[in-house]
Amino acid sequence: MRITQGTFSFLPELTDEQIRKQVKYCLDNDYAVSIEHTDDPHPRNTYWEMWGLPMFDLKDPAGVLMEINECRKAHPENYIRVGAFDSERGTESMRISFIVNRPAQEPGFYLERTEGDGRAIRYTTHSYTKMK
Amino acid sequence: MPKTIAAADRYKAGVLEYKQMGYWVPDYEPKDTDLICLFRITPQAGVDPEEAAAAVAGESSTATWTVVWTDRLTACELYRAKAYRVDRVPNTEDQYFAYIAYDLDLFEPGSIANMTASIIGNVFGFKALKCLRLEDMRIPVAYLKTFQGPATGIVVERERLEKYGRPLLGATTKPKLGLSGRNYGRVVYEALKGGLDFTKDDENINSQPFMHWRDRFLYCMEAVNRAQACGGEVKGHYLNVTAATMEDMYERAEFAKGLGSVIVMIDLVVGYTAIQSMAKWARGNDMILHLHRAGHGTYTRQKTHGVSFRVIGKWMRMAGVDHLHAGTVVGKLEGDPRMIAGIYDVLRETRNPVNLEHGIFFDQDWASLNKVMPVASGGIHAGQMHQLVHYLGEDVVLQFGGGTIGHPMGIEAGATANRVALETMILARNEGRDYLNEGPEILKQAARSCKPLQAALDTWKDITFNYESTDTPDFVPVATAVA
Repeated sequence: MRITQGTFSFLPELTDEQIRKQVKYCLDNDYAVSIEHTDDPHPRNTYWEMWGLPMFDLKDPAGVLMEINECRKAHPENYIRVGAFDSERGTESMRISFIVNRPAQEPGFYLERTEGDGRAIRYTTHSYTKMK
Repeated sequence: MPKTIAAADRYKAGVLEYKQMGYWVPDYEPKDTDLICLFRITPQAGVDPEEAAAAVAGESSTATWTVVWTDRLTACELYRAKAYRVDRVPNTEDQYFAYIAYDLDLFEPGSIANMTASIIGNVFGFKALKCLRLEDMRIPVAYLKTFQGPATGIVVERERLEKYGRPLLGATTKPKLGLSGRNYGRVVYEALKGGLDFTKDDENINSQPFMHWRDRFLYCMEAVNRAQACGGEVKGHYLNVTAATMEDMYERAEFAKGLGSVIVMIDLVVGYTAIQSMAKWARGNDMILHLHRAGHGTYTRQKTHGVSFRVIGKWMRMAGVDHLHAGTVVGKLEGDPRMIAGIYDVLRETRNPVNLEHGIFFDQDWASLNKVMPVASGGIHAGQMHQLVHYLGEDVVLQFGGGTIGHPMGIEAGATANRVALETMILARNEGRDYLNEGPEILKQAARSCKPLQAALDTWKDITFNYESTDTPDFVPVATAVA
């Protein structure tokens, strides 16, 4: 399977040059770029591990790319995403978020159904990674 | 200037001109707390435009057709709406823009029903006018602050869905009518698995003999949860809870919540009070509220009579919906690009400066009310992606109904074609490419590694809907008119 979270998950994996251009777009818009990673990409797992703080004062995309590669080296089998935060009033939230690293084999999820009243069902999504 | 008349004469039994009754005050300076309306009036032949404007002010506030002495028991000057400016509409013979100010105390806090009962109440049937259209409205911050506003808003909707940086993608299940719950859920599953974020009930899907609502909800949520587990991505189906009574709507919404839906839907025809009730329910139940604008065309489309959709958009932002259908520019439904931009501005900006080209006549501060996500739906397809991104921007739901389900390789492929086209276009835009002009080439390139996109481009390459819009701006860029 393939996790389809993030802005560009339906495209072929971005090359480092493509990532650099996206990071440049973020920096040109004064967004703060951050790197996060996890082994559990459950759709409700909001808080991935931070690879350092958001890079508030960084101006050069090359610096971000270097951090991405450091993070890849340290966590080659984790999901890694690049996010960009916009502090402008009325947004104060993420403006883009895309995956830049995936495990070679993506374990995926299974869906547990609990029968309720009538024909109602309660659904729970489980990450296979957490079941190892 | 109208003649000033002594109170004793003013309240003598009989009929006076509205102008003389105090509804025409050309030197009036609107207060920050006034609600201001801009009407387009077309007086009957021989009716003085200022008198017509005064009549609109009168009939939408305190006046009746004759003088009443009981006015003198009230602070009647405060409660009278005041027409203070009348301008001929550019390029017309018999139409005028009338500016009318209303005191804040004329309206119940937090009630769209009360506000509209005055502003678009009796006055639209008034005989002295051939036609009347409410073009724009400035809502004072003091009044806005009495409204909840969108239950969720664009920012929190994106955070809940964990989807950023691109328009969201949706599709309406087709055919609109006749599918059983089980077959209907199949369409939902295929479309969501293929890459859409949302699927949608149509406005007239409620609970009919071929599919009762509980069946639809159960099968749709099975489909949503399955698709969600496939890609690890949050998905939703707008479950339409529109029904005959509030009790029925609450019952359906509660059932949707119990099944884990992130979003429910209502139709504009349920009425302003029901919309506000559902917005309150949505805020209290962590639910996104989608509004389909069914019925609006009966009063928004003609330029000389009705209510402009910009104003409906403002009212819906106050009423508290999260999604509102707002036009596509390039699709099959009515929409001049500048008029559509005006509607999108009203829904998405924190402040709207005057922009006559977009039909925005007043500065409007939105007082931190959440933003509404516009929805573009009707006759759009993957081959138009560059135009859609250009005209509509990033915070929008692009709904490809036929453009997903009618794909020659199937629904899942149709969804994938749309998602790949969209991500490709956003990638190119962010890279600084001239994506509007290079759009067709960018899509062609992307289609080389995506067969579904290639098939979509081949199927719909020449489909456009080029008809003239009926609702067009009165002010073009060269005009020097000022509001």
